[in-house]
Amino acid sequence: MQTKRTVFQSRVLPYFLLAPQLIITLIFFVWPAAQAIRQSFLRQDPFGLKETFVWFANYTRLLDDPDYLNALGATFVFSVGVTVLSMSLSLMFAVCVNRVLRSGRFYTTLLVWPYAVAPAAAGLLWWFMFNPSIGIIPYLLTFVGYEWNHRLHTGDAMVLIIIAAAWKQISYNFLFFVAGLQSVPQSLTEAAAIDGAGPFKRFWTVVFPLLSPTTFFLAVINITYAMFDTFGIVDATTSGGPSQSTNILVYKVYADGFIGLNLGPSAAQSVILMLIVVVLTVVQFRWIERKVQY
Amino acid sequence: MASIDVESVGKVYTGGVRAVSDIKLNIADGEFIVLVGPSGCGKSTLLRMIAGLETISEGEVKIGSRTVNNMEPADRDIAMVFQNYALYPHMTVRQNLEYGLKNRKTPKAEIDTRVAEAARMLEIGQYLERKPRALSGGQRQRVAMGRAIVRKPAVFLFDEPLSNLDAKLRVSMRGEIKRLQRRLGTTSIYVTHDQLEAMTLADRLVVLNGGKVEQIGAPLEVYHAPASTFVASFIGSPAMNLVKGELHGDKLAIGPSMIGLNGFAPTSGAVTVGFRAEDMRIARADEEALPFRLEYTEELGSQRLIHGMIGDQLATAAVAPDAELSPEMRLAIDPKRLHFFAADTGKRLPGQVPAQAKLAPAEPVI
Repeated sequence: MQTKRTVFQSRVLPYFLLAPQLIITLIFFVWPAAQAIRQSFLRQDPFGLKETFVWFANYTRLLDDPDYLNALGATFVFSVGVTVLSMSLSLMFAVCVNRVLRSGRFYTTLLVWPYAVAPAAAGLLWWFMFNPSIGIIPYLLTFVGYEWNHRLHTGDAMVLIIIAAAWKQISYNFLFFVAGLQSVPQSLTEAAAIDGAGPFKRFWTVVFPLLSPTTFFLAVINITYAMFDTFGIVDATTSGGPSQSTNILVYKVYADGFIGLNLGPSAAQSVILMLIVVVLTVVQFRWIERKVQY
Repeated sequence: MASIDVESVGKVYTGGVRAVSDIKLNIADGEFIVLVGPSGCGKSTLLRMIAGLETISEGEVKIGSRTVNNMEPADRDIAMVFQNYALYPHMTVRQNLEYGLKNRKTPKAEIDTRVAEAARMLEIGQYLERKPRALSGGQRQRVAMGRAIVRKPAVFLFDEPLSNLDAKLRVSMRGEIKRLQRRLGTTSIYVTHDQLEAMTLADRLVVLNGGKVEQIGAPLEVYHAPASTFVASFIGSPAMNLVKGELHGDKLAIGPSMIGLNGFAPTSGAVTVGFRAEDMRIARADEEALPFRLEYTEELGSQRLIHGMIGDQLATAAVAPDAELSPEMRLAIDPKRLHFFAADTGKRLPGQVPAQAKLAPAEPVI
């Protein structure tokens, strides 16, 4: 694509215009990131009076730490769970709304609302609904003979944060899927109908393959979201428990660093997280943008 | 192979908008029918009702002997070629052709033969492994037709299949569609807004306007005896001249001038008079003629279109490319080449259908 080039008279002006964005990035991203990298090579004494340079000791220790490996596993389960759940539900909603002609906008508005809810508020909402003592859902589950208690059962806790995190992400996915579906020409489904494919087959052999760019984009976005943007939800519902079962990486960084005040290893963890983000971003821009086309 | 019967079919959309009303049409097996009309005339809606992509609100559609009103498109034994081709972009050409056959559980060997046959017929054999994206417009059009052919349906439906192609390709593809249809002998319904396409392809034309049939007939029938002023102005290029006139006994008055009709007057009083540009000629000095004030000319090479005014009404005449022009001319016309339409309804006034045999088959000018 050709973009229009603007020629500035002064050499300073363009930098001046870029400055607000650059300053924000430097102060709130580059500087803390640099701090984290520096910190990850240091070890503090318990009182924060002395720091020693320990090379990669923080990292090697992490990889031997069963708690950290457990957090890695939990993060994996969690992010896959959130991605699959939120994407499949939002795809289903999008397909339904796409079929409705008149009230489509109304449903769209309703479905987009959860996105405007702050993560902590969303977490609290689910905390109430799933509360083992006063929540409506555990109460209903007793009728089918299931005793819900995410404070005791590790599985329940994981399900709870997956549902809570997926719920918030459905709105976002939904918008993209609706846009994607609307860009699939109607004549294609009509041609497939004439070609003898039933509604189900039409969707999976014609519509869904054409959505693949949207689907892959959302998969990356959702994994990124689940791994890095779910601190609020975890903090408001399970706080990483019971017995570390929902202690996902991003929560562990916080718990170790700010509650445990173990700054070195916590910094090392954030550096690893940062690397994962970098990899995901590269995957998204390099591989997916090019590969998933038809 | 099947005949199609459209019995008093109408379409009303939710909200009460009426797109098509009371269409009756009997299509013989193997016939090539063209639905033609301006945009919004309901031609596509009618086609889509036959295809099963729109529900039929009134009447009945039969393909062969089966009523298909409540049948799924897939069960109607039809194939459709869409305006935008509607090729599956994520499938190769071969997969596009195979898709309909696979859905119908056709045996693999049979699929391969049919695809090979269609590919040979349409000369797309070398593109079978390509994606539609890598094909030109004309090639995509061929694939779209191939997808219809491999299915060996009873009916082909074409929804403006050539309107996305450039003018030259359109002419050659038009010939190809005609040739294929002749060869396969499949009943076809073809929708277009292009009267030239309609004239050249159709066994019978159905001219639609405002959701109603204006005229059904062979192309030359429609051309030589348009049933209404709408058909007269729609079929043929340049469009038929339509001017207001008045009949006084055996004389026709157009504006201040008056010409004799040699007993061809169908009625008396106010009428709309139609005449084709090519039926006018420059009058000899001793002839009765209409005065024509020349405004501008269009050179077509084989002939020259002269545009101007008869009295205060616009008219166009086609004359020989070497005809002598002057600002004030006199044009003559054979009274039996005049078409008379009721001034109020625009319907053709009966009685004066020119005998076709006597007329040289005037091809429409491109």
